[in-house]
Amino acid sequence: MSAPMVDVRGVHKSYGPLEVLRGVDLRVQPGEVTVIIGPSGSGKSTLLRSINHLEKIDRGYVAIDGEFVGYRRSGDRLHELRERDILRRRTQIGFVFQNFHLFPHLTVRENVTEAPISAQRRPRDEVEALATELLEQVGLSDKAGAYPRQLSGGQQQRVAIARALALRPKVVLFDEPTSALDPELVGEVLEVMKALARSGTTMIVVTHEIGFAREVADTVVFMDAGQIIEQGPPGLVLDRPRHDRTRAFLSKVL
Amino acid sequence: MTAPAVLEETAAESAGSLTVIKARHPGRWIAGAVVAVLLAMAVNALVTNPAWDWPVVGAYLFHPSVLHAVLFTVELTALGIVLGFLLGTVLALMRLSRVPLLASAAWGYVWLFRSVPLILQLLFWYNLAALYKQISFGVPFGPAFFSVGSMDLIGPVTAAALGLALHQAAYAAEIVRGGFLSVDPGQLEAAAALGIPRARQIFRIQLPQAMRSIVPAAGNEIIGLVKGTSVVYIMALPELFYQVQVIYNRNGRVIAMLLVAAIWYLVLTTVLSAAQYYVERRFGRGLARALPPTPVQRVRRILTVRRAARRQRPAGDGGGRR
Repeated sequence: MSAPMVDVRGVHKSYGPLEVLRGVDLRVQPGEVTVIIGPSGSGKSTLLRSINHLEKIDRGYVAIDGEFVGYRRSGDRLHELRERDILRRRTQIGFVFQNFHLFPHLTVRENVTEAPISAQRRPRDEVEALATELLEQVGLSDKAGAYPRQLSGGQQQRVAIARALALRPKVVLFDEPTSALDPELVGEVLEVMKALARSGTTMIVVTHEIGFAREVADTVVFMDAGQIIEQGPPGLVLDRPRHDRTRAFLSKVL
Repeated sequence: MTAPAVLEETAAESAGSLTVIKARHPGRWIAGAVVAVLLAMAVNALVTNPAWDWPVVGAYLFHPSVLHAVLFTVELTALGIVLGFLLGTVLALMRLSRVPLLASAAWGYVWLFRSVPLILQLLFWYNLAALYKQISFGVPFGPAFFSVGSMDLIGPVTAAALGLALHQAAYAAEIVRGGFLSVDPGQLEAAAALGIPRARQIFRIQLPQAMRSIVPAAGNEIIGLVKGTSVVYIMALPELFYQVQVIYNRNGRVIAMLLVAAIWYLVLTTVLSAAQYYVERRFGRGLARALPPTPVQRVRRILTVRRAARRQRPAGDGGGRR
C-alpha cells in the first residue's frame, strides 16, 4: 500500500467529561473519496474538524501527506506549532462548511482569491485566472461580481467549494455540505462534488446523502459514539453491513 | 355565509374591470393640520419676537473670531475622535486578546476613564504640571535620556485634546469591541480554515463586518463630541462656546450670541449626519441584497416616475375617469 494522503491514528478528543472521539484510526489514499456516515453526535464533524486542527486533539495524531497537522515531532514528543505555522499548513487542506461561511462583504471572486493571495502569497494574476476557471467549473462564471447574499444557498455552497479548491489543497473536507440547503438545491451541489471526485481529488465527506455515498465513495465509514464501527466499499457497508448498529442506522435513513 | 349580493354579476364585473376607490383617512388630515399650525406658530414666535435679535445674529454668524472658534472646535473634535478611536481599537483588541493581563488592563482603563467626569479629567491634564514637573524619556525605572518640563510638553491645547481623546477612547473601546462581537464566529472559523494570517483575519474579514454596527454608534459619539468640546471652555480655550461667551460679555447680546453658537453646532452636526449616512452605505455592501437609495437617487426616481406618468396619461384609455 502506498503512503496515505490522510493518516489519522488513535485520535482522542474530549469536551470536559464528554469523550467525543475515542480512538479513531482512518487512512485515506490519494485520489480516494471517503464518506463518513453515522447518527448525529457520533463525532463525525469533530473528526473532520480535528483533521485540519480546528479542534485540538488530546491524544493520537493526524498527518496530511506525511506531515503532522498542528505539531512538530522531535523524538517521541509532539510540539504544538504556533498559530502562524498552523495557518500555513492548513492551506493544504480545503474545508467546506455546512453553513458556507462565505465572507458577505466580499464579492464571489474576492472570496475565492482572498486566501491564495494573502495566505499562500501566490501571484495575483495566476490566482485571478484560477478563480475564473474554478467559478466556471462550479457553473457560476456570471456571478463573479455578485455578493454572497445575492445568491441562493446552492450557489453559495458552490462558491464555497471553489474557494476551498483555490488553495490547491491536497485534500478537501466537506462537513455536511448539503444539510443547510433546500431540497431542490441539494442536487446542484452534489453534482459539483461528483465531478470533483471523478477528477481525482482526495475528499472526505461527512453527509447524510446515502445515495451520494453509494455512487461516489471508494470507502464508506460508519461512526457511532466516537468510534469507527466499520468501514469498507459502499457495496459492503451500505448493503451488507456486519454490525447491528450500522444496520439500525441505515434502516432509519434509507 | 350570507353574501347573496355577490351573486348578482354586473356588466363591469363580468368584464373584470371593477374600479378601485382608495380608502379615505380624515384622521390623518386633521393630525397633519394640527402639526402645521403648531409649526407656523413656532416659526412666527422665532421670527417676530425682536428679543431674538436676528440682526445681531446675522452680524456675528460669520465674524472672524466666531469662524476661528468654529475651526478650533472642528480641530478638537477631529483630534479627539481620531486619537480616541485609534486608542479605543487597540484597547478593544487587548480586551479580546487571549492574554489575561492585556484583557484586564484594557478593562481597567475603560473602567477608570468612563467613571471620572470629563470635566474633571480635563482639569487634571490642565494641572499636570502641578503633579509632575518634568516628564522624562528613558529606561523604565532606569536612567533618563532626556527630560522636558510638563508645562512645555502639555500646553492647554494639548491638554484639552489629550483629555478628550483619552476619555473618548474608553467609549470607543466598548463600541469597537461590540462591533467585533457582532460578527458571526463562523467568519473567523472560515478564515482560520483557509489559513488567512491572523492580522489579515482581523482587518480584512472581521473589521469591515464589525463596521456595520460600529458606524452608527461612532456617529453618535462624534456628534456628542462636537458639542462635548464645549466643556473645554473651563480651560479658557477659544472654542465656539467660550468665544460666544467672550463676545456677549462684551456686547451684552446674550441670546443672539447663544443662537450663533447653536446655529454652528447645528451646521456641524448636519454635515456629520449626512457623512454618516454615506459611510454606512459603504459598509452595507453585500450585507443586504440591495443598498437603499441615497436621498439624491430617491428624488431622481420620484421625478422620473412623475414624468413617466404625465407622459402616459394622454395616451392612456382614460380608465380612471370612467
